[in-house]
Amino acid sequence: MNIPANLKYSKTDEWFDPATSKAGLTDYAQGQLSDIVFVEILVAPGDSIQTGNPIASVESVKAAAETYSPVTAEVAAINEALADTPELLNSDPYSKGWMVELKDGDASGLMDAAAYTMYCEERSH
Amino acid sequence: MTYIPHSPQERDAMLAAIGLKNLAELFKDVPEKHRFPALRLPPALTEMEAAIELGELSLGNENVRTDLVCFLGAGAYNHYIPAAVDHILQRSEFYTAYTPYQPEISQGTLQAIFEYQSLIAALTGMEVSNASHYDGATAVTEAINMAYAQFHGKRTKIVLSPAVHPQYRAVLRTYTQDLRLTIAGDLPSPDLAFAPQSLLPLLDENTALVIVQYPDFFGRIHDFTALIEAAHSRSALVCIAANPIALGLLKTPGEMGADIVAGEGQPLGIPLSYGGPYLGFFATRKQYIHKMAGRLVGETMDNRSQRAYVLTLTAREQHIKRERATSNICTNQGLMALAAAVYLSLLGKSGLRQVAELCYHKAHYAAEKLGRIKGYSLCFDAPFFHEFALCCPKPVAEINAHLLEHGFLGGYDLGQDYPGLKNYMLLAVTEMNSKDEIDALAEILEEVAYV
Repeated sequence: MNIPANLKYSKTDEWFDPATSKAGLTDYAQGQLSDIVFVEILVAPGDSIQTGNPIASVESVKAAAETYSPVTAEVAAINEALADTPELLNSDPYSKGWMVELKDGDASGLMDAAAYTMYCEERSH
Repeated sequence: MTYIPHSPQERDAMLAAIGLKNLAELFKDVPEKHRFPALRLPPALTEMEAAIELGELSLGNENVRTDLVCFLGAGAYNHYIPAAVDHILQRSEFYTAYTPYQPEISQGTLQAIFEYQSLIAALTGMEVSNASHYDGATAVTEAINMAYAQFHGKRTKIVLSPAVHPQYRAVLRTYTQDLRLTIAGDLPSPDLAFAPQSLLPLLDENTALVIVQYPDFFGRIHDFTALIEAAHSRSALVCIAANPIALGLLKTPGEMGADIVAGEGQPLGIPLSYGGPYLGFFATRKQYIHKMAGRLVGETMDNRSQRAYVLTLTAREQHIKRERATSNICTNQGLMALAAAVYLSLLGKSGLRQVAELCYHKAHYAAEKLGRIKGYSLCFDAPFFHEFALCCPKPVAEINAHLLEHGFLGGYDLGQDYPGLKNYMLLAVTEMNSKDEIDALAEILEEVAYV
């Protein structure tokens, strides 16, 4: 399982990159969902969102999930590519599979990579 | 052996959890005199006696196949059903009408549904059809659910033509009563010359969906292309509730630019049967497939590269997506969908067109003939398919009572739903009506005008 050290993580399995302000779904989450066939981003640039607000709806071949905002912020951009290539969430969750860019998000309430690794391990037992 | 799964202890625990002492308290909202009414049942009968009694009761039935000449339509139509439809429906392989979850044992049923979907998509001019709904009214209502989901609940206005079937309008209001929608255009006393352009001023940036009917409830044919363009200019979706037989002859809703085509599939090989079971069909464009309600069968390859059919895109459905699903309906009307698929396959493209042409020409012969009877006139001058409104010199109920004495099932009384349309009779003519029957109808109508 890939959990990059430079990112911050939420309990609902989203990552947030304080350096680029991008956010998305973790490798753990995409693995649980299996093959993702549909992504719908529910927010638009300019929207103000709170931590825990839904930002995207994801459907895989066997499950459906909502993705929540890891931080309180303003939406700066959304990844338009996901509409046509939702499989990027499976193949490249931390780079090409980014979902939204969240301007000035405060990452202080999020887990670091070590804490998130433990959090994922606890759940796999 | 009883089939009640809960033990007395379990029942007591459940009652305690909701703060009740006994089962009787659960029913205290039912007025006491209705709680355990005396049923006053006659003594039990033997099977032989019951068969005789039911046989006698059935003699009281009158049906449109053998007893009555039918000119009644208004959403359910009397068409010829080839014998092969029933024969195929009754094959034991199709006995389970329930949705086939297990593709490894359900290839035949899944393929039949896939064929049904392909036929509906072709007929409506759309890209994808679901595996069906209960009936026309519920299928049209799913268009609202889809549009509502498409705009994430942010658009809350539905523009509804008053010329959509009154029962569809009643059902969709019931279904959507908790969505806090504004339903505009559905006036109790619409402009009699109602035309699509009368809906144009109602379109705005809050409009999620426009619903019109084709042919409309009065049988009239409108081209909705301009209305659809106007709706699309405000990013609203448009649903056309269509008669599938008419689509064998007329321009398809897909060609007009509709986003959703839904309707009643009963005319496709399903008997009138006193109102059901019927079939709701629902088709849309591929871009909306993830917001579509209902089941969907797809074609794929199995691990031996053989063609195979499976339920597909199920993650959008309520058993997985729960409260975030477009609709909480995900069952389908499998046996009726099969009937429609068999009917359409037997007729083929030219056969369906022939049925539609027979309906059209016979209805026009009837309209021409009936409109010339003294005291009667055609209420509208718009082009129509196989149904038209006849303005009568007397209340429709009175005329229908007279027609019934002659073995004729008369038209629909439009005054029931439209207070302004007193003495308006909606008559349907299909391939089942002979010229002699139409001529006889004209004679009785002429006679009844002077009674």
